[in-house]
Amino acid sequence: MSLGFSLFPEQASTMAGRVDALFFFLIGVAVFFVSLIFFLVVFFAVKYRRRSEDERPMPITGNLALEIFWIVVPLGLTMVMFIWGALLFFDTYHPPKNAVEINVVAKQWMWKAQHPQGQREINELHVPVGQAIKLMLTSEDVIHDFFVPAFRIKKDVLPGRYTTMWFQATKPGAYHLFCAQYCGTQHSGMIGRIVVMEPADYVRWLGGGATGVSMTEAGEKLFQRLGCSTCHRPDGTGQGPSLVGLFGKPVELQGGKTVTADENYIRESILDPRAKITARYQPVMPIFKGLVSEEGILQLIAYIKSLERQERERTQR
Amino acid sequence: MNAVETERREHYLNVNYGLKSWLLTTDHKRIAWLYLVSVTFFFFIGGLFATLIRLELLTPQGDLVQAETYNKFFTMHGVTMIFFFLIPSIPAVLGNFLIPMMIGARDLAFPRLNLASWYIYILGGLFTLTAAAAGGVDTGWTFYTPYSSIYSNTNVALTVIGIFITGFSSILTGLNFVVTIHKMRAPGMTWFRLPLFVWSHYATSIIFVLGTPVLAISLALVAIERLFDLGIFDPTRGGDPLLFQHLFWFYSHPAVYIMILPGMGVISELIPCFSRKRVFGYEFVAFSSLAIAVLGFLVWGHHMFVSGQSVYAGMVFSLLSFLVAIPSAIKVFNWTATLYKGSISYDAPMLYALGFIGLFTIGGLTGLFVATLGVNIHVHDTYFVIAHFHYIMVGSAVMAYMGGIHFWWPKMTGRMYPEGWARLAALIIFIGFNLTFFPQFVLGYLGMPRRYHVYPPEFQVLNVMSSAGASILAVGYVLPLVYMIWSLRYGAVAGKNPWRARGLEWETLSPPPTDNFEVTPLVTAEAYAYDVAEPEALYSGRPAHV
Repeated sequence: MSLGFSLFPEQASTMAGRVDALFFFLIGVAVFFVSLIFFLVVFFAVKYRRRSEDERPMPITGNLALEIFWIVVPLGLTMVMFIWGALLFFDTYHPPKNAVEINVVAKQWMWKAQHPQGQREINELHVPVGQAIKLMLTSEDVIHDFFVPAFRIKKDVLPGRYTTMWFQATKPGAYHLFCAQYCGTQHSGMIGRIVVMEPADYVRWLGGGATGVSMTEAGEKLFQRLGCSTCHRPDGTGQGPSLVGLFGKPVELQGGKTVTADENYIRESILDPRAKITARYQPVMPIFKGLVSEEGILQLIAYIKSLERQERERTQR
Repeated sequence: MNAVETERREHYLNVNYGLKSWLLTTDHKRIAWLYLVSVTFFFFIGGLFATLIRLELLTPQGDLVQAETYNKFFTMHGVTMIFFFLIPSIPAVLGNFLIPMMIGARDLAFPRLNLASWYIYILGGLFTLTAAAAGGVDTGWTFYTPYSSIYSNTNVALTVIGIFITGFSSILTGLNFVVTIHKMRAPGMTWFRLPLFVWSHYATSIIFVLGTPVLAISLALVAIERLFDLGIFDPTRGGDPLLFQHLFWFYSHPAVYIMILPGMGVISELIPCFSRKRVFGYEFVAFSSLAIAVLGFLVWGHHMFVSGQSVYAGMVFSLLSFLVAIPSAIKVFNWTATLYKGSISYDAPMLYALGFIGLFTIGGLTGLFVATLGVNIHVHDTYFVIAHFHYIMVGSAVMAYMGGIHFWWPKMTGRMYPEGWARLAALIIFIGFNLTFFPQFVLGYLGMPRRYHVYPPEFQVLNVMSSAGASILAVGYVLPLVYMIWSLRYGAVAGKNPWRARGLEWETLSPPPTDNFEVTPLVTAEAYAYDVAEPEALYSGRPAHV
């Protein structure tokens, strides 16, 4: 983290160079048009300055060809900007398949992160260099925004739902983490560090602060303690549907609609089970709103996601 | 006509005296003055908060005031500047004064409604000032939920009620303009002979009438959630916090065009006058105002690119945002082309107009940066955005307002402002503005988020530059306040048409009589007939072009 004066931010993610390239293209277009307009305005203002009070210049009402020209050229340029920007944006929505998932819960005014292996940290996030990281973001109170200037990405963090973002760091170091969405009194104090480490250092770091309980294990414990396991049996004989292989698959609902079982769906089904009822099941599940924390829900989701893999490993054995 | 005659003649300012004759007036010209005094008051209140912000940001530690106080400063700065200065500024002052005269009418269609809208504006202003005096509000002018509706423990309800009330003033003004422009044009004043100032106000009025109710609804819902504890935006009770952003920006993005379109109208008058030339591509300039008004309603989602809305929604809003840039580009090119082979003078209003073209070009082009999805994910909610919209709202809208006030000052007061001082002020504002806001583009790309009370020390150099520029800018804004007031008494007597401008407002006396024209004008030419010799009639008190 440089404390000196600079005019351009550090590049530390795979996205940074791509955003900067587009930015420089835009700068090029902007500098061209600003120079053109400044030059023409100054040139005309000097060349055609009023030389006598009674000057009466010839009227020029307009020129259709010229009008079409300066509609079509900017339109073409803006469409290039649109497509280029949209492609980049599209990629920010789609993390690579091998991305490691880390959960981040925001609250006034701190960032809480939990790694899959169970390590927790506050206002810091340690990640390995060269590995795609997908963040599952949610807030306990108001809207925040996870912003890492060196990575050129940000995403709002909302209460009551998950948003996701991903990045792949390219350079070890420590980078600013800012809350970019105004969130109350200590908004400017809701800052932290992203610490990018060599993979070996990261593994060592993981071992250092180990709790011994991974996200999945914590989720499994919670799953037992809250009594979820009574009805959601792996073989489907319980009162509720089996959750094995549920994640990412379409779920048929009562009334014929189908939804994809993503994080937001599972979250809603825990907190407000009657919102979407699975076809052929009775709405008997109790409401867990207020009984489980945001971190707890994330652990449950991690456990549900792991069920398919666990089941496969068990049957192979 | 000599000076003594002007003094003795009866006009709208000396027809009667006393506070009551002003507070109960239905004369659009006097109501314009009521607005001029009130928006100037709010401008300097908003400016005071801006000064405090810039002072705080001189150092990175946040050592001048507490975080909570700083948050109230930027909120009050935004609220007063947007809702109580920028939105009413050009329409309610210059639009009120000029639209009836420009179309050859005696007043607006509903003179009493016009006065009522000023009272509504003042009532809303009092609510908001009361909220400020009673401890302020800290949500930011955008009132994002659920912070504003649940978590903030400042005077949110009182402030949003103030803005809610003021909204009705905008709606009534818009309604009044639309009806006036449709029904009260003088004989011969066809649509395509209308000054472009009137076209841009027509487009603005449409936004006033269609957009403001949505703002009123969204702010009312915030107040209802706060006061009656109903779950509307609060996710813990099944509400949707993003719904507020959709509703809010559905108005507040078009509101940006409420702030800039009237300014574009002013510039479209200044440039032809000081180039002595018909505006280039009149129809394109006129219709681009309507295009901006219509497209402006379809781009609100670009404020929500990083809110987690669907990737496809982001793409649609990005595309539409690029489209709305085209009509703005059309205007800039046509204004520039108007200068070509003109007869250009450097009077103060023209300096403001030329400054406007430059600053609006920068503001508009940086708008393309924030509309580009791939770049937006980095610059969203940073100082880049702050710099961009200040180039539009201050660099452009306020420059146009200042240019317009100088240009029509002789018509409003019968007196000239001091030209030397005015040119100096225009120059100081241009330099001060760029020094203040250009560093913020760099700051934003470096990653400094907006609304930060404390910031990392590496951002200090640029913040100091910005604050230094702001002090120059402040001098530029105080100067006109002083010399304009001075000129009311000591300014040279203006005569009816000191600029040798075209347009009906210049064919009546300065200051105009209460009924604007002694005879209803018969219009036979457009407002930009600069090639026609000034008819003798122009100086005889009878309408020209007859």
